[in-house]
Amino acid sequence: MTAPLLQVDDLHVRFPISGGGLLGTGRRALHAVNGISFELAKGECLSIVGESGCGKSTTALSILGLQEPSEGMIRFRGQPLAGPGAPGRMDRAKAVQMVFQDPYASLNPRQSVRTSLAAPLRLHGITAASEIEGRIEAMLKNVGLTPEQAGRYPHEFSGGQRQRIGIARALILEPEIVVLDEPVSALDVSIRAQIINLLLDLQEKLSLSYLMISHDLSVVEHMSDRVLVMYFGEIVEEGGWREIFEAPTHPYTRRLIAAIPDPDAALNSAAKPDLYPTMPQLVGRSFVSDGSTPPDVFTAPARSELIEIGGNHRVRMAVA
Amino acid sequence: MTTPLLDIRDLRLVVSLGRSAHHPLLKGVSFQIMPGEAYGLVGESGSGKSVASLAVMGLLKRPLAVSGGEILFKGQNLLALPKREMRRLRGNRIAMIFQEPMTALNPLSTVGRQIAEMFVLHQGKSWGEAEKLAVEALGNVRVPNPDRRAKNYPHQMSGGLRQRVMIAMALACSPDLLIADEPTTALDVTVQAEVLRLIKELCAARGTAVLFISHDLGVIASICQRVGVMYSGCLVEENETRALFEGPRHEYTRGLLGALPRLGSRSEHGRQRLVDIDSIISDRSKLTESRFIAPRDLEGSQP
Amino acid sequence: MRLGFNFWLGATLTALVILAGILAQWIAPFDPVLDADLMSSELPPDATFWFGTDGQGRDVYTRILYGAQISLTVGIVSQVINSIIGVTLGMTAGYWGGWWDDLVNGLTNVMLAIPSLIFALAVMAVLGPGLPSLLIALGLTNWSWTCRIARSSTLSLKSQGYVQAAQTLGYGDLRIMFTQVLPNMMGPILVMATLGMGSAVLSEAALSFLGLGIQPPFPSWGSMLTDARQLIQLAPWAALFPGLAIFLSVLGFNLLGDGLRDSLDPHMRTRKP
Repeated sequence: MTAPLLQVDDLHVRFPISGGGLLGTGRRALHAVNGISFELAKGECLSIVGESGCGKSTTALSILGLQEPSEGMIRFRGQPLAGPGAPGRMDRAKAVQMVFQDPYASLNPRQSVRTSLAAPLRLHGITAASEIEGRIEAMLKNVGLTPEQAGRYPHEFSGGQRQRIGIARALILEPEIVVLDEPVSALDVSIRAQIINLLLDLQEKLSLSYLMISHDLSVVEHMSDRVLVMYFGEIVEEGGWREIFEAPTHPYTRRLIAAIPDPDAALNSAAKPDLYPTMPQLVGRSFVSDGSTPPDVFTAPARSELIEIGGNHRVRMAVA
Repeated sequence: MTTPLLDIRDLRLVVSLGRSAHHPLLKGVSFQIMPGEAYGLVGESGSGKSVASLAVMGLLKRPLAVSGGEILFKGQNLLALPKREMRRLRGNRIAMIFQEPMTALNPLSTVGRQIAEMFVLHQGKSWGEAEKLAVEALGNVRVPNPDRRAKNYPHQMSGGLRQRVMIAMALACSPDLLIADEPTTALDVTVQAEVLRLIKELCAARGTAVLFISHDLGVIASICQRVGVMYSGCLVEENETRALFEGPRHEYTRGLLGALPRLGSRSEHGRQRLVDIDSIISDRSKLTESRFIAPRDLEGSQP
Repeated sequence: MRLGFNFWLGATLTALVILAGILAQWIAPFDPVLDADLMSSELPPDATFWFGTDGQGRDVYTRILYGAQISLTVGIVSQVINSIIGVTLGMTAGYWGGWWDDLVNGLTNVMLAIPSLIFALAVMAVLGPGLPSLLIALGLTNWSWTCRIARSSTLSLKSQGYVQAAQTLGYGDLRIMFTQVLPNMMGPILVMATLGMGSAVLSEAALSFLGLGIQPPFPSWGSMLTDARQLIQLAPWAALFPGLAIFLSVLGFNLLGDGLRDSLDPHMRTRKP
């Protein structure tokens, strides 16, 4: 069994909030991420789902190196990616890249497409003009744009095209892991389909591993191999896409799935059966929270643990 | 046969781009909403769905302007109404809620006062009475501790709560028509579900008709009885919700529905490639040439 | 870019000042310092001396033209220094935050609290009079607003996706600031600079009027005003024309800045179509 590409081990991120008391002595901390652990295998698409405030974006930023973890370890191919022993930003750039949510804010309006793609290459030591041009051409073709469009500026493109440029930029350094932050939320329905198809094609073609952050569960079900459900900084359920969507167990996961406005669901309302009461591993145990009242984000969460309920399926319960 | 509450006839709208250049935004849109009915207008950006609602509310500003057609509300042409009359209708008989509640709520005034304002303005109540009614209104939209919350300012509330406040303000005077323009797009999924359920229940209870505008087909399916699909300023298909989703007739509707990843379809059929709308539509410019407007089922149009 | 009336009027006035300064040597009928004939002092404007003569018999028109050179130099150079200081401090403060931001903010607050002319006076007192010290003094005084604007622009630009993307791509902080952030805030900075030019000209006039700026006999509009003080009743034109020159050039710079700001503003606000 091959080692996982990315390993996140007991990641905690706390944001100090100054206030209360003179000179900030009443220091509180916002517990954004509370001890999550997961792995990403090569070629896999792992999605983190949850609503605002659950910590999914903070987790992604930690993996990218844009947010310092308070505790815990992030490893890429066994080597630490954050904290002591972490590689410099240049090496990290070749390992993990990100596709951003807002196609209108994620491109520098004053740089042409060519500059946006060439500059990172030059920064990483590729200076031969012919090689740069070659890579840019190849990448533009990969994302469905033409090399002739390289000289244009972002405002000359539509939202969907801009997202393609964003994808090209994320892939130009040939990273192995791509973090997709709500990659299609800001796009029209018909364009979404094109970009989702593109992302899946590229994953296969370039052997990419995706870590997708999304709140759109239908997209998640379509694209993911595995899913992590986060609620206020903790993973409350994790499993393969089938397990999560066909047998959601944690009450929060069930609420999320029930809340999806899916046309078929709306027209043929059939709720998923609640399998939890019959699962042998869970007899006599209770959920820490049912996901309806938000906990206090300034205190560490109550003790709980992840219980295995299937080959690939774990759910968070209160300690027995 | 019941007369439609809102009857839009051949509405044309343009945006002026300078001297005499006009760009059409709505190219002759016609549809009707019956009293108490929930009608959904679905389309992508640029389809014209939002400007149509602004036209109904009389909120169009230069450079947008109506260039033809009629908007009949209870028989009256809103486009021919003097501004004063329109103001009396707005908020009172026709109300609107928007995507971003912060733009609709005054940040400097408490929530309770803003709702109370509706009663004072449109129903001539005194401030004391109105503030009591405002607390009641907050209770109706299921805001917990309404008497305490009425004293909150908008920034002290979460997005979901603010949206409820906006709904409370909109429904305060029991309007005949509620226009909802992407009211849940900015909300979390579970909050969205609650807000949608609220809109559905409150409007059903009061007999308020809803014009629900969204790009999200799933949301439309869960609220509306009848759906109109817009593309590039034209209404290209209209039908009962179930009929539209189960048997879309227009190319564009078919493309739109095919482009959606559907829950449960991967379990049943494996991962299907999402329909690339441009691959099934031969020519985007010809899309508006054909329209499929299904006639209404005249008997038993109970919402 | 829609350029309104303000912009064109301001541009015209500014252009006049620039032309006057550049072409002074060729279009001035006399020498500003040497052609001083006491026999023809305090003469009213006529065919020879278009703006009359001053107390020393020098042609006011000539001295106005040469004075434009000083005003332009002061205006441009001091603003360049201001912008460099303001942008560097503001951009780094906004980008890095933390104690550096606190320090820069504190410094900015102090600078805003001290009347700029007093500060410039203090610097000149140390450096002595003359054009170079004037430029340094004015350059060190007026950077606070530029700093504020640079800081707030940086704060809002920092959260744009492309800045985060640059970080992810391996760009260092300084490279990001100078290639991603700075080009996108040039608009407001340029507007501040044009507006600052007017203020610099006024400061120069004041300092020279006080005898600390340009030393006689070299012509500067401010020092011309000093000289003309005693002659107000005998030869009002000796004060009128320098005063008018100051007024029109400051007006011109301000209108230019206003016009630029108006035309750049909606352009900056282009978001989703």
